[in-house]
Amino acid sequence: MTTATSSPAKTRMRRSRIKLTPVRGLIGLVLAALAVLVVFPLVWMAISGFKTNAELYGDPWGLPGEWRWHNYERAYEYGVIHYIGNSLVVTIGSIILVVLVSSFAAFALVRVKIPFSAPLTMLVLGGLMLSETVALVPLFRIMRGIGLYNSLFGIIILYTAFRVPFITFLIRAYMLGLPQEVYDSAVVDGCNTWQIFWRITMPLCYPIIISAAVLQALFSWNEFVFALVFIKDDELKTMPVGLMTLQSKLTTDWPVVFAGLTMSAIPMVLAFLFGQRYFVKGITEGMGK
Amino acid sequence: MKPNTVRRTVGYLWILPALLLLLVFVYYPIVENFRLSVYKWNAFQPEPKFVGLGNYERVLADPVFWTSIGNNVGYAVVSVVFQVGIALILAAVLEGVVAPRLRGFLRTIYFIPATISITIVGLLFRIIYQPDGLFNSFLALLGVHSTTAWLGERETAIWSVIAMSQWQNLGYTTMLFVVAIQRIPREFYDAAAVDGAGPVRSFFAVTVPMVREMTTLLMIVTISGAFLVFNEIMATTAGSPGNSSQVLGTWLYQSAFKNDDMGYAAVVAVVIFVITFTAALLQLGYGRLRRVEQ
Repeated sequence: MTTATSSPAKTRMRRSRIKLTPVRGLIGLVLAALAVLVVFPLVWMAISGFKTNAELYGDPWGLPGEWRWHNYERAYEYGVIHYIGNSLVVTIGSIILVVLVSSFAAFALVRVKIPFSAPLTMLVLGGLMLSETVALVPLFRIMRGIGLYNSLFGIIILYTAFRVPFITFLIRAYMLGLPQEVYDSAVVDGCNTWQIFWRITMPLCYPIIISAAVLQALFSWNEFVFALVFIKDDELKTMPVGLMTLQSKLTTDWPVVFAGLTMSAIPMVLAFLFGQRYFVKGITEGMGK
Repeated sequence: MKPNTVRRTVGYLWILPALLLLLVFVYYPIVENFRLSVYKWNAFQPEPKFVGLGNYERVLADPVFWTSIGNNVGYAVVSVVFQVGIALILAAVLEGVVAPRLRGFLRTIYFIPATISITIVGLLFRIIYQPDGLFNSFLALLGVHSTTAWLGERETAIWSVIAMSQWQNLGYTTMLFVVAIQRIPREFYDAAAVDGAGPVRSFFAVTVPMVREMTTLLMIVTISGAFLVFNEIMATTAGSPGNSSQVLGTWLYQSAFKNDDMGYAAVVAVVIFVITFTAALLQLGYGRLRRVEQ
């Protein structure tokens, strides 16, 4: 199994090779500068959220005269919390739906051995080659036609449909690697297909489902095209589109916008910092190894 | 019916939800898009009118379309340099030179921007790139005095967005290379060291060939992603000034939902389809080739 952390034995071996030389010192300096370059704009964003407009433009590098939590309250009042809430609904909803639908499909292709499973596999995985933008124009008519325009459920359906190929691809590959014996004993015990799926396959697939959930979370949390085109009402907007609205409502009040941006960034950054192991595993699985 | 046939038919129920979703929301729209690309219609003329290849001629004669493609190509080239080339070097340096504890810390730091929504990053950089913004005051620290509105000039807008995108994504691909490098057996490096190879030689002799698979995959994914870019532009310039920073995705959106020219937009979608489908076929073909080699 691979994680981004090295084993202690490996670490010791590598440490013995590291000596401080001028070249290494220089490299260290470059890496540190890069770290500052990466983090500084984000810290600056959070701090600017406490400033007044005058402070923001007059003294961009300085600290705010006082810590104005009020800006964060105003961002909250302007609906940032609704946007985050809608994003959570869409993210969690599409994770559950896509994992279920894809696990069913993978199970059908790998286990149930339905006839024509080879062309069906191609049909499902072929969706990997298609992107959201290409479907946008006809989808607009379809979504209006079936009444899914301007609804969070409609967005969840789209986020699921476009990710079923990828998530099925991940879960199918994992299911193919499960040993046959567990199934044999289940059949002997008299389990039916439904019970086999829930009691045996799903628990065994737990690691890949976590990875799939992480990848789907990153996708749904940030998705923009569909959220922009298929949601009209402000109350239904998800975070990525809602923040654009917030900015246009508050054209001159950038500190409040920054407060809103910071609030919206926090959930995913925290999720990453606490679940880094799963993120790294997820994105590595996502590359097809 | 025999019990076996019943069981087999019931078996299809497992895959039915996936098939329904795919056919209705993915396959049908993409087929329909090809059909719509030879029609002209809009909000005032909801009944589509057949125009043959007329939309295609209009798209190909439109300078904005070519600007968009050019910007996508620029996006792809710069992204490959940073997110594949520099990310690989960065990962190798982290794994080979940096003390282990610091290594994990830096990796985490570099990755953070990739977890933040592009809208947040885009709105943040709108202010950073203003004439009196952080970027110009950073340049002033280095002794370069500039009052450029980086997102407001035709010459700089798209490149400023591309630069922002590298800032956001470098850590992501670096992380993937780190994982790939950690999978290289230690013996390869030991053998290179015995042969008298220094860090630079062993980078080229061991690391580069051993992570070739990841490099190729990331190259395809990065190029394909560069032709699908949308949010980065919408959150910063929305294609302005004067359509100079349009890319295919934003130009499609603008044509369809702002200019109300659906047939034109469908043609742009066909172009995006051809490019990304080719990239996907390459990726698939490469995967198969790899399995044959093993």
